[in-house]
Parts: sequence; C-alpha cells; structure tokens
Amino acid sequence: MDKLMADLKRQIIEQLNLKDLKPEDIGDDQPLFVEGLGLDSIDALELIVLLQQEYKIKLANAEEGQTVFRSVRTMAQYITERQAKTA
Amino acid sequence: MNITAACCIEDGKLLVDGQPRFSGKMAVADFLLNAYKHFGIDYPKYYKMDHLAQLGFLGAELLLQGRNIATEYGPEQVGVVFSNATASLDADLHYFATVKNIPSPAQFVYTLPNIVIGEISIRHQLKGENAFFVTEDFDPGFIHFFVEDLFAREKLKACVCGWVELLDERYKAVLYLVENKAGDLRFDISNINKIYKLTDGQVNG
Repeated sequence: MDKLMADLKRQIIEQLNLKDLKPEDIGDDQPLFVEGLGLDSIDALELIVLLQQEYKIKLANAEEGQTVFRSVRTMAQYITERQAKTA
Repeated sequence: MNITAACCIEDGKLLVDGQPRFSGKMAVADFLLNAYKHFGIDYPKYYKMDHLAQLGFLGAELLLQGRNIATEYGPEQVGVVFSNATASLDADLHYFATVKNIPSPAQFVYTLPNIVIGEISIRHQLKGENAFFVTEDFDPGFIHFFVEDLFAREKLKACVCGWVELLDERYKAVLYLVENKAGDLRFDISNINKIYKLTDGQVNG
C-alpha cells in the first residue's frame, strides 16, 4: 500500500502539472479537493484518466469519485480492491 | 484615449514599455516557465495553462503590475480585446494527439482562444466587455475601431488590448492598456503599429 501511495503521489503531480509540489508534500490522508490540495473539477476528470491509463480501472459511476478521490489513501484502497477483484 | 502601458513578448525577448525586462533563447515552454519564475509570479494555475494562455497571462501580469485596475475603474468598466491568426490551433493539436489514447480534459479546456481572456479576467477580476477576434494578419484598424466604439458608448473606461499569437515555437504577444487618462501615446492606429513593432527593435519606447 505504501508503494502504491508513493506512486500515486508522483503520478498525480505529473498528470495535474502540480510543479510546485513534491510527493512528500502530499499527505496520505490529506483531502485532494477544496481545503486540501485545492484541485478543481477538471482535475477530477484528469484523475479518472489517470486511473484508466495507469491502472486500467474505470469508475463505475460519477458518485463513486467523491469517495475514491477523497485522499491518496482512498485512491490506493480503491485500486487495491479493484485489482483484487479482477485477479 | 491613450495607451498607458505596453508589454511585448517575442522570440525570446520580453519588453515592458519598450524596456527589455527578460530574454533568453530557448524553447517556448522553457521561456514561458523561466519568465514566470524570473518575475516571481505566484499563481499555481499557470502551470496548468496551455502555452497560448501562459503567453497572454504573462503579458497581462507585466502590463498591469503595480495596478489594481478592477478597483480603480470597477470590474465591469475594464474590458479585454484580443486577436490572433491561429486561434487555439496549438492547443487543438496537442489535444488531438491525446485523443488517440485517452482524451485529456485538462487540454480540452484550452481548445478555444478566448480561454486566455478568462484566465486574465479571473486573475485581475475583470468583468467588462471582452472579445477574441481571429484575423489572418494583425489588424490595428479593426481593433482601434472596436475599442474606440466601446469607450464612446461608455461600455468601458479601460481596456487590455492585444495580439496574442502562438503556434509551436513561434509566438508573439503585444499587449497594451488603453485608458482615458494622461499618457504620451495616443490610442491611434499609428501608435498601435509602433508598439507591435517594438520587439523588432525598430522603435524603442
């Protein structure tokens, strides 16, 4: 899980062009939107693309995104669960 | 009506009111990033903009530095009127390249040239009339007519005008501020042409 979260932080920075940030600046449980990293709705779409590109995972529905993209940890948990189901 | 400030960016040169402020021969992406850092601008969204938006944004930052123009005139009294030749073709091509795989939402949002006006308006809280015209060549006569009419009908008291053109590694931004206040440069076609040629080294200030 730790390696997956580290990978996700690096991928989020790259995908969202967050050039002022380093992976260690993003907390595992830090909210990604609004009061946390301050991501916006376009960033949310880019996170969906990231999941598809890097992990071949498609969100089942839009509502799911609100829980999945809460933090790096919730993203990692979701990826792990989905990969376990398809294994 | 006078032109009270000007910022020109072309071919590795950046001039404010005719004075060189930054230069460097490098790829457009590096130039736009290095200039942003050189002037100590703090606006993280800059990193997410496409090159056209970065070019216009950078020009507006330097054009309006030291001013709080929305407060001076009221947000609805300050407009933005831009033009260029290739619209958002640079962003269109980058977006098209992503379509082969998974289309990028972040690149899609820049596939309209007037997004640069939106970025500048958000940054400087401008809510006045705005327009982005696409013309084959730089057309100072048309811009002069259009902006003068907006002032005559009391729609605007100030206007950020400019030519903001970028495609691949070719770029040229000529931004100037038009206001109803004292200035050395009258807002007329001849002076717009002079500003447009500043980066050619033909006129200095």
